[in-house]
Amino acid sequence: MTKGKIHSLESFGTVDGPGVRYVVFVQGCPMRCLYCHNPDTWPMTDGTLMEPQEIIDNYERNRPFYTNGGITVTGGEPLMQIDFLIDLFTLAKEHGIHTDIDTSGIAFNPDNKPLVEKLDKLMELTDLVMLDIKHIDPEKHKALTSQPNEGILAFVKYLSDKNVDMWIRHVIVPGLTDEDEYLYKLGYFIGQFHNLKALDALPYHTMGKAKYEKLGMEYKLADTPAMGQKELIEKKKVILQGIKDRRAELNIPHDDSVMLDSTAEG
Amino acid sequence: MRPEWNEFVGGKWDHEINVRDFIQKNYTPYDGDESFLAGPTQNTKDLWDQVLDLQKQEREAGGVLDMDTKVVSTITSHGPGYLDKSKETIVGFQTDKPFKRSLQPYGGIRMAEKACADNGYEVDPEISEFFSVHRKTHNAGCFDAYNPEMRACRSSHVITGLPDAYGRGRIIGDYRRIALYGIDRLIEDKEEQKASTGRVMTDDVIRLREEISEQIVALKMMKEMAASYGCDIARPAQNVQEAIQATYFGYLSAVKEQNGAAMSLGRTSTFLDIYAQRDLKNGTFTEEQIQEFVDHFIMKLRCVKFARTPEYNQIFAGDPVWVTESLGGVGIDGRHMVTKMSFRFLHTLENLGASPEPNLTVLWSTRLPEAWKKYCAKISITTSSIQYENDDLMRVTHGDDYGIACCVSSMVIGKQMQFFGARANLAKCLLYALNGGVDEVSHKQVGPKYRPVEGDILDYDDVMAKFTDMMEWLADVYVNTLNIIHYMHDKYCYERAQMALHDRDVLRYFATGIAGLSVVADSLSAIKYAQVKVVRDEDGIIVDFETTGEFPKYGNDDDRVDVIARDLVKTFMVMLRRHHTYRDGFPTMSVLTITSNVTYGKATGNTPDGRKKGQPFAPGANPMHGRDSHGAVASLSSVSKLPFQYAQDGISNTFSIIPGALGKEDKVFAGDINVDLN
Repeated sequence: MTKGKIHSLESFGTVDGPGVRYVVFVQGCPMRCLYCHNPDTWPMTDGTLMEPQEIIDNYERNRPFYTNGGITVTGGEPLMQIDFLIDLFTLAKEHGIHTDIDTSGIAFNPDNKPLVEKLDKLMELTDLVMLDIKHIDPEKHKALTSQPNEGILAFVKYLSDKNVDMWIRHVIVPGLTDEDEYLYKLGYFIGQFHNLKALDALPYHTMGKAKYEKLGMEYKLADTPAMGQKELIEKKKVILQGIKDRRAELNIPHDDSVMLDSTAEG
Repeated sequence: MRPEWNEFVGGKWDHEINVRDFIQKNYTPYDGDESFLAGPTQNTKDLWDQVLDLQKQEREAGGVLDMDTKVVSTITSHGPGYLDKSKETIVGFQTDKPFKRSLQPYGGIRMAEKACADNGYEVDPEISEFFSVHRKTHNAGCFDAYNPEMRACRSSHVITGLPDAYGRGRIIGDYRRIALYGIDRLIEDKEEQKASTGRVMTDDVIRLREEISEQIVALKMMKEMAASYGCDIARPAQNVQEAIQATYFGYLSAVKEQNGAAMSLGRTSTFLDIYAQRDLKNGTFTEEQIQEFVDHFIMKLRCVKFARTPEYNQIFAGDPVWVTESLGGVGIDGRHMVTKMSFRFLHTLENLGASPEPNLTVLWSTRLPEAWKKYCAKISITTSSIQYENDDLMRVTHGDDYGIACCVSSMVIGKQMQFFGARANLAKCLLYALNGGVDEVSHKQVGPKYRPVEGDILDYDDVMAKFTDMMEWLADVYVNTLNIIHYMHDKYCYERAQMALHDRDVLRYFATGIAGLSVVADSLSAIKYAQVKVVRDEDGIIVDFETTGEFPKYGNDDDRVDVIARDLVKTFMVMLRRHHTYRDGFPTMSVLTITSNVTYGKATGNTPDGRKKGQPFAPGANPMHGRDSHGAVASLSSVSKLPFQYAQDGISNTFSIIPGALGKEDKVFAGDINVDLN
């Protein structure tokens, strides 16, 4: 079994997937999102090594709490530890546990055969992928995260081909990711995929600021205000419009109830 | 059968006092949702506005609006009091007007005097003289009998919160009996009980005969008090309004005579629902009327007040009455016991707004109906006013007609009662073990002069051995102190009204408690898994600790430390059980401080877990604040490892959570407590 490099564990996760979930934060992420509120999960070198079995044991001990939930692996970037994920989810499936990956999709490269083979295996064990698209525009994505988004958008297509349930998450940051033009584009893009089950529009909050200070890091969004709840709903509508329009064009039946409203603090 | 019982299914209950049998034969489980509920009537709104206005006046007056300084409170001492007679469907106040606090000197005249003085009133000198010279109080009795060691423990707060100067409370009368049988039948029953006592006049028999006589007096006074309000409770209740009223008169009698630390109501809702069902069926009352009766009943319970001192309020963090009402649960035949009345009781939180009193307590089971679970979750989220208790755990011991006194003390209604015994400060006890019985704050020799720890680094086995010895001593002095307290309480401040609504032979739980469990568990964990160096002052007393290295902390579902906590509970309980208890009390223990943990912390020095002198303990069985780093489930999981059979008086966990952390919509939280989401 491949051990995971774990940042921390949260036994009562209510905002990372359906139901109450056991949330595994893995250590290490190549992205440097300006608004990241977990910069302590960036370095690939830190973390506590844990056996997949330990995590499953922890889950099983408190199973009654997770009746409608399951395990979510987030981070950090889970797909950076794909071997661990495969081992963990193999066990999880043996135990009948709902599995969910919260990812930026950054690790995806359709030309990397060995990686795709592993992903193929992982997707067979995965019930839900929550894909966080930081920005639909390639240039702006790079400015925001230090990384290109081609692979990420290709990953959406890949998930669709694999027919894995997908939630799209998008953090709306005032002045950075709240332009209607791009929000609509994002919706228009994801609207084409049958496996899209929910849109999770997350309001940017300033709670990460203290962490940066504590870590002695510069917080580049020091002057950016938090996203208001009312505004968020308006912005979300723009994305939804994009989804609806694309679905109408493609004749994909649009069910509003599928677009579960999971608007809250991210 | 009596005419008042028309349409009820008969059984044992119709020829013996047996409320449970009546409930089981007649109640209607309700599986539906809350859509049948009625909003507040205009009268309810008007009355509640009046109460809110009185509350405002009371706050502006500094916390007390009016106090009785002349009339010693009894069941019949005061004439009727009203908010607005024309609008009240359920009547009765403790004194002749709302928000006027009664004078109750039997627990202790000095406490009564101080409660008045601190609020700017003066007890009538004749009353003071009478209770100082002619009539002894509970408090005076205790101090006559205490030995120097007990006094020292009391002053140092290694045992604290003892009910030796105030009413012990925690006794729940079966107030439903008045509604079902009427006072006359209950008096008849008590006369039979008195006649059934043994012929050899041992101390026990003499005491019992005297007590039953007192109970009969109390029953007669209840009848008289009800009559002053124009109500006849000599006979059984004829409808739901009368049933609620009779139940309330029983409770009111108790709070007229006892200023107890917790004056709980019991488990009345499903009982009352039987009357409501009959009235709805016969068209006697509408749903709106029934909800109005319930709203007015709850409103009255919210107006129960006692004269208390600022020190008392400090221990209990406010002025709580603990009018606990237990709702729901599952019967031993497998049917759940949720009725429409359970919904109506919770609905008062919507009709009248959120409130800590009465302390509405849901007896939770995985087998409760979904709609009820959802409604509970909804009301919890909107009002934060519901307490939850594990019925699946307690039903095994208590069956299906128990109630909760105070916050977690379970007892079978009318058949069991409790001698409330405050708690022992285990964190301080650990420090006594290190310092050979010397108090770390006062430097006085309070505990026995055992050998203190030597050297600078604490050794786990050495500390455990010394701690075990010190706990043995503490258990001994603690139980014996309580023996005195309950002897004197029975003698000078007997709860005749509540006990009149009990069977002749009751099981008396001899309740004890511990404070500082998570502090001790983490301290021992630090000693075991990290390195703890002691810091001594100029007198050689250990006053501080330097801890290096990591250690597992209680509250993270980590067995290395959770087992320490679990074993502590068992160890201390087993020690307590070795001692003689007054009136063959059945020893139990609680881990339940909900607010007084702050006060206990104030009196306790630095501890090896890193807690600083004076800092609060965690409440009840909670992990120390901020040390549970794996989220709520892991934290709850640590608590759930504490063994109920060694802490039968209850284990409490105070759970606060910001709404956002409950998930993105209310449903997620509902999901947590096993509701089917769709």
